[in-house]
Amino acid sequence: MRLFVPADSTAVSIGADEVAAALAARAPDAEIVRTGSRGLYWLEPLVEVEHEGRRLGFGPLAPADVDGLLERLAAGQLDGPGAVGDVDQLLAGQGQQRITLGRCGVVAPGSVADYERHGGLAGLRNALAMTPQAVVDAVSNSGLRGRGGAGFPTGTKWQTVHDTDDSPKFIVCNADEGDSGTFADRMLMEGDPLALIEGMLIAGVAVGAEQGYIYLRSEYPDALRVLRAALADAREHGVLGDDVLGSGKRFDIEIRVGAGAYICGEETSLLESLEGNRGMIRYKPPLPAIKGFFEKPTVVNNVITLATVPGVLMDNGESHKALGTGKSLGTLTAQLCGNVARPGLYEIPFGMPLGTLINDLGGGSASGRPVRAVQVGGPLGAYFPVSKFDARLDYESFAEAGGMIGHGGVVVFDDTVDLYQQARFSMEFCAKESCGKCTPCRVGSTRGVEVIDRIHAGTDVESNIEVLDDLCETMASVSLCALGGLTPFPVRSALRYFPDDFHTAVREHVETAHE
Amino acid sequence: MNNSSEISPDTVRAICAAHAHRRGPTLEILHALQREFGFVPSSALPVIAEELNVTRAEVHGVFSFYHDLRDQPPPRHTVRVCRAEACQSMGARAVWDAAQRAASTTPSVEVSEVFCLGNCACSPAIQVDERTRGRMDPGRVTGIIEQLDREAS
Ligand SMILES: Cc1cc2nc3c(=O)[nH]c(=O)nc-3n(C[C@H](O)[C@H](O)[C@H](O)COP(=O)(O)O)c2cc1C
Ligand code: SF4
Ligand code: FES
Repeated sequence: MRLFVPADSTAVSIGADEVAAALAARAPDAEIVRTGSRGLYWLEPLVEVEHEGRRLGFGPLAPADVDGLLERLAAGQLDGPGAVGDVDQLLAGQGQQRITLGRCGVVAPGSVADYERHGGLAGLRNALAMTPQAVVDAVSNSGLRGRGGAGFPTGTKWQTVHDTDDSPKFIVCNADEGDSGTFADRMLMEGDPLALIEGMLIAGVAVGAEQGYIYLRSEYPDALRVLRAALADAREHGVLGDDVLGSGKRFDIEIRVGAGAYICGEETSLLESLEGNRGMIRYKPPLPAIKGFFEKPTVVNNVITLATVPGVLMDNGESHKALGTGKSLGTLTAQLCGNVARPGLYEIPFGMPLGTLINDLGGGSASGRPVRAVQVGGPLGAYFPVSKFDARLDYESFAEAGGMIGHGGVVVFDDTVDLYQQARFSMEFCAKESCGKCTPCRVGSTRGVEVIDRIHAGTDVESNIEVLDDLCETMASVSLCALGGLTPFPVRSALRYFPDDFHTAVREHVETAHE
Repeated sequence: MNNSSEISPDTVRAICAAHAHRRGPTLEILHALQREFGFVPSSALPVIAEELNVTRAEVHGVFSFYHDLRDQPPPRHTVRVCRAEACQSMGARAVWDAAQRAASTTPSVEVSEVFCLGNCACSPAIQVDERTRGRMDPGRVTGIIEQLDREAS
């Protein structure tokens, strides 16, 4: 009997190791494979059993449930408490299209042999047989846009690096995943690290780079361990090294760990940090694609962007571009979390209405109280009220609705949320994480906390709202990067849609302002 | 982990030498020192500057920029409490208050804040040394901190 138990850090954070240990003790003959997570976090710890070529899930399980499960399995009984049936069918039934995270929770993370058994390395093999320009063209054709937040077309970025006449060139993976409410990068790195490695290799082939770096945040020790093992196995199998899969091409990857600075997720700050410096934002231009790591042409891409690339190279980007809508093609790896009944990773084609994700797939709040607010796109994303739940989750529609998809985090709050506190926190966070280069971000954010407090206390509400407005205007217009530039989004949306949380006098002001 | 509060210049030089071949080694060297000794004593900074042929101010600038780097020996245990939004939505403010209260009487445990551990689907989250724990509440976090302190004494 083969059993699959996640070693994903979130599954482990709620007891997956204990369940695995209980299974090992009670079923010594079973083969227990530790995988990543499927992202069905409300079902974790989720154990899967191989049965007639399908994977049947049971969860959430506690160690005390293990005896009962094993007895039922021995009796050939595949239903009963916790049985969720065929896990792939469950995902498909939700409308998920696992094109990027399809192997997550399925394979043994970091094993090249298992990766290949599940279709891995086919994209790289294709790329190695193509011209670098044809590889760039495939990525352009797919319509893939960066999943790290800004949504910049990946093919265009690669083309610039490809065309820049300078060497050496570098591939840098942004694995800083600093946005609160996001965990897709972590889940991918812990569950299918070779997809990222393959994506980086393909990027190297496309632009002519021989060295890659993964800049990983220090908060992810488990991802670090899995990535290291995957790199070692990839070198062992000749996937990385001086002769990539016998092609004569050279490529290797080094991991660099961050040191606890949110701003280092911004690509120029990340490059400074990678060079060993303070993570101060650089002026752009020059673009990193032209002068990046040590002033050399550098591709900087997010984990999910890079892990999507191997699939793109399977069919010249055709199936990728068949999903999604408008200019948002492929899938959104939505990370639904916070106060929601079925939190998890939902890989869905772009374009689903926000409310469908939260209510139909997510099952509403976890507390059973009414959902009141949602923040999409990390700490710099706007707060939406329920009345905006028809906003569609694609880059353009969501921006039109006044939001930002960012890295795809969706944080749900029930009616106990206090948007005054949330707005205050946004300013506080900006003050804490500012790199210090621009005054409005460094000083204005601290000022912002005080002004919000004054409004809340009812002190000169009208004039303090104006002060806050001016402050937000300045931050938005003169900040060098999006930390200072976008912090006004959560603050202003909180004030606009939830005025009563601040002070009774705020509503009237807001209503006149938005008439 | 060696917990003496001084590190000999030769040891620092050896660590510098081990990383000197890497591109942009400063932060890597600081990390290596902290991995080895649990902290980066301020006496190590001028030695690093000398070895890398950069100014002391530069090395100090790097050291002071990053929240993770510390110049004092660490306590026996660290508990990092996530204070970011997904955790807030499930009661992280109360978890943070409880953790701080517990830590005020448990000298071997240091409580600090962190903004997102990537555990947002099972929030509120904390990280105990290197281990992430999910679905915290004030009672559980207090119990964990007190237990760590008992084991350490
Ligand atoms: C304040 C700030 C923080 C950011 N944090 C991240 C991050 O943690 N991970 C990430 O991939 N991109 C982050 N970005 C976006 C990067 O600057 C950059 O756009 C991205 O790495 C490019 O990769 P992509 O095109 O594949 O998305 C951040 C941007 C800003 C302004
Ligand atoms: S906006 Fe803030 S974080 Fe961004 S460059 Fe300016 S000071 Fe630094
Ligand atoms: S917001 Fe707390 S773990 Fe992500």
